Amino acid sequence: MRKERTEISQDDDRSPPADLRGTDSAESSNKTRNCSGVGSVSGSTGPSSMEFQAPCPDQVLENVLENVLQFLSSRRDRNAASLVCKSWLRVEALTRSDLYIGNCYSVSPRRAMNRFSGVRSVSIKGRPRFADFNLMPIDWGAHFAPWVTAMASAYPWLEKVYLKRMSITDDDLALLAESFPSFKELVIVCCDGFSTSGLALIASDCRQLKVLDLIESEVTDDDVDWIACFPESGATCLESLIFDCVECPINFDALESLVARSPSLKKLRLNCYVSIGQLCRLIVRAPQLTHLGTGSYSSPDDIVPGEHASDLQSALASCKSLVCLSGFKEMLPDYLPAIYPVCANLTSLNFSYANIHADQIISVIFHCHKLQVLDSIRDEGLQAVASTCKDLRELRVFPLDARGDTEGPVSDVGLQAISEGCRKLRSILYFCQHMTNEAVIAMSTNCPDLEVFRLCIITLHSPDHVTGKPMDEGFGAIVMNCKKLTRLAVSGLLTDRAFGYIGKYGKLLRTLSVAFAGDSDMGLKYVLEGCPRLQKLEIRDSPFGDAALHSGLHHYYNMRFLWMSSCRLSPKGCQEIVRALPRLVVEVIKDEVAECPDNTVNILYMYRSLEGPRNDAPKIVTILQ
Amino acid sequence: MEKSVNYGGHHDDLNLEATKLRLGLPGIISSDIGYEKQSSSASTVVVVRNNKRASPVGIMTQESSSKSHSNVSDARNGDPNSHHQPPAKAQVVGWPPIRSFRRNSFQQKKTDQGDGAGMYVKVSMDGAPYLRKVDLKVYKSYPELLTALENMFKFTIGEYSEREGYNRSEYAPTYEDKDGDWMLVGDVPWDMFIFSCKRLRIMKGSEARGLGCL
Repeated sequence: MRKERTEISQDDDRSPPADLRGTDSAESSNKTRNCSGVGSVSGSTGPSSMEFQAPCPDQVLENVLENVLQFLSSRRDRNAASLVCKSWLRVEALTRSDLYIGNCYSVSPRRAMNRFSGVRSVSIKGRPRFADFNLMPIDWGAHFAPWVTAMASAYPWLEKVYLKRMSITDDDLALLAESFPSFKELVIVCCDGFSTSGLALIASDCRQLKVLDLIESEVTDDDVDWIACFPESGATCLESLIFDCVECPINFDALESLVARSPSLKKLRLNCYVSIGQLCRLIVRAPQLTHLGTGSYSSPDDIVPGEHASDLQSALASCKSLVCLSGFKEMLPDYLPAIYPVCANLTSLNFSYANIHADQIISVIFHCHKLQVLDSIRDEGLQAVASTCKDLRELRVFPLDARGDTEGPVSDVGLQAISEGCRKLRSILYFCQHMTNEAVIAMSTNCPDLEVFRLCIITLHSPDHVTGKPMDEGFGAIVMNCKKLTRLAVSGLLTDRAFGYIGKYGKLLRTLSVAFAGDSDMGLKYVLEGCPRLQKLEIRDSPFGDAALHSGLHHYYNMRFLWMSSCRLSPKGCQEIVRALPRLVVEVIKDEVAECPDNTVNILYMYRSLEGPRNDAPKIVTILQ
Repeated sequence: MEKSVNYGGHHDDLNLEATKLRLGLPGIISSDIGYEKQSSSASTVVVVRNNKRASPVGIMTQESSSKSHSNVSDARNGDPNSHHQPPAKAQVVGWPPIRSFRRNSFQQKKTDQGDGAGMYVKVSMDGAPYLRKVDLKVYKSYPELLTALENMFKFTIGEYSEREGYNRSEYAPTYEDKDGDWMLVGDVPWDMFIFSCKRLRIMKGSEARGLGCL
């Protein structure tokens, strides 16, 4: 068999260096490749029929490159490598195994799959974050269907799927279950549209399933016993089973049997239909657990409250590897002491769904010396956290109730305490009624490693409650002093000055969230002109208008999206954006119920895309053209 | 008539509107019309957010003042007696930015407490001919409760201080806790209080002052 002569590239006038001559090109013989920059020629056949030819340098280089690029895992690095030249683009595309789509509408499935043929893991994100807070129509889009359909033929060896803020149907899950025999991991975060029927198909058909994580998603109760659909006998490969958001009763016996047959199970997060007695039985079956979500953590059938406490305590004590505890959704305080013995090893604790008193939280925290991640409600326990959890990296403090009306103790004291006690803090999300600049400034100087600072002062336009001044200086100090800051959310009474600080110092900022802040267009201008790394900008109820919008024209192609709702934009102003930037998809969404003056745009959501306007938008969405 | 009742670091003005009895779950948008109705919890204008992600419903009115730019409904427009509050207490769509899962779990807790039927406790006032009953679940804090009691019995309570209780006043609000002891209202966090309070008694005269003299 004659091997087709590959075309010599224009660069190949020189003969190849002696040491590269005879380099085994058999390795690459099975792969389609060409070493010319022009046109494509099919690759070679097997080594036995190969005529000896000096492999052209480009082909050698591609072989080497391919071997090297296998090790490159960071997608940013890969994106950079792919820009070097076409050869590198090609090789990188062949060797990329993890496909990350930050905005499902920025590229079509077909285009992505044409470029990347060797993908084993796909991550797709859909709706913008503000959709979580009911600011967007339900049927806005972000459908998984076109993606799973395309992947079914393009990636038969697919192993992992990660979906965030997508609409998934049971049909999509059915297609997924039947199309990928090697499928191992399904992680679904903040999604909706599917039911227990879909879960049942995954459970029964994905025989290699290691991970089934359902996080903060809405799952319709179809009355299907999905847990029982896992293969009934033999050991499973399950390593992680997270279903605390699935608000349907489950077949406990099936679950217990499943857990008993899953020797690799490390992460188990139960829903609130699992009682303490049942929890004990499960834990005893799985002492190797590292992550546990406790379900309801209550025992409604107790004759004496807390009668299972010692059982629970000894069950938990047998889990020597437990590092992460969560759940506690209907916690009975009598059972709280049962977790004390495991606290010493915990690195992550999520108490944010537990409605317990401050002193009870404190009593737990005092045992948690190794804690690195804490989700909690109320800020009374923060002094205890500050004095005990010296390794804390991430802290999220949620309000006691959704309105945040409860008059808690002074929040700035809590924040100040944390800043003094937890110097290694990297990420904080903090809800409060009021705040002071002083406490925020303290945090900016005490916690230099901060990468994420999200302060949500629930009281709208709330100034520093001690000095009465705007919160400008506090947030200014954060951007000035926290040199690693990439994500910022601001709130409270803020003038344009705060945005001036952000524009001046927030050079690494990628995500910025603004609500009810600013005085004029200058605020937004400062940010758009000053923050070169800005990718995601979400703004609501702030006085920024068309002039401000236009000041970002130089940057919008570099961003994943811009969201502006209830600001001062006009349809004309948005139309001008379309004219100036044809590759931007500019969506204008009307709120059905809100009274909105005719000449203002209610919601603007715009993003770059290679595909132009999408064809699945509901009527309420207008895509400007 | 309105006095500030300070609790430690709290800087609240009396919030008459917040003590107005209104039935509804937290996180709901209530319209001006619904605000006036006090009788029924099945008010048709109250929009209840359930677990499903609902379409964005809310009253988003542009305030007419030149400075404002927020879409906040000031639900107190209709009430002439209203003590004007900053928009803070009004309810805004999607604010605070908490996902429905968390919001719903708060709602559940609020309805689970007290068997869902209210936490009514008896209130006695020294010298009054008959007792009253109040639903502790309706109030969110001590100032609210005390104001309601003041209105109910037509008296004034002084300022609370940790050190001296209600020393400046003829009256002292007390409650009987789960252990049967009589405690001064205001010492423990609100949530702890509503769980442990079995009945209220407003002491008067020398007995009341006696607490401060200890």
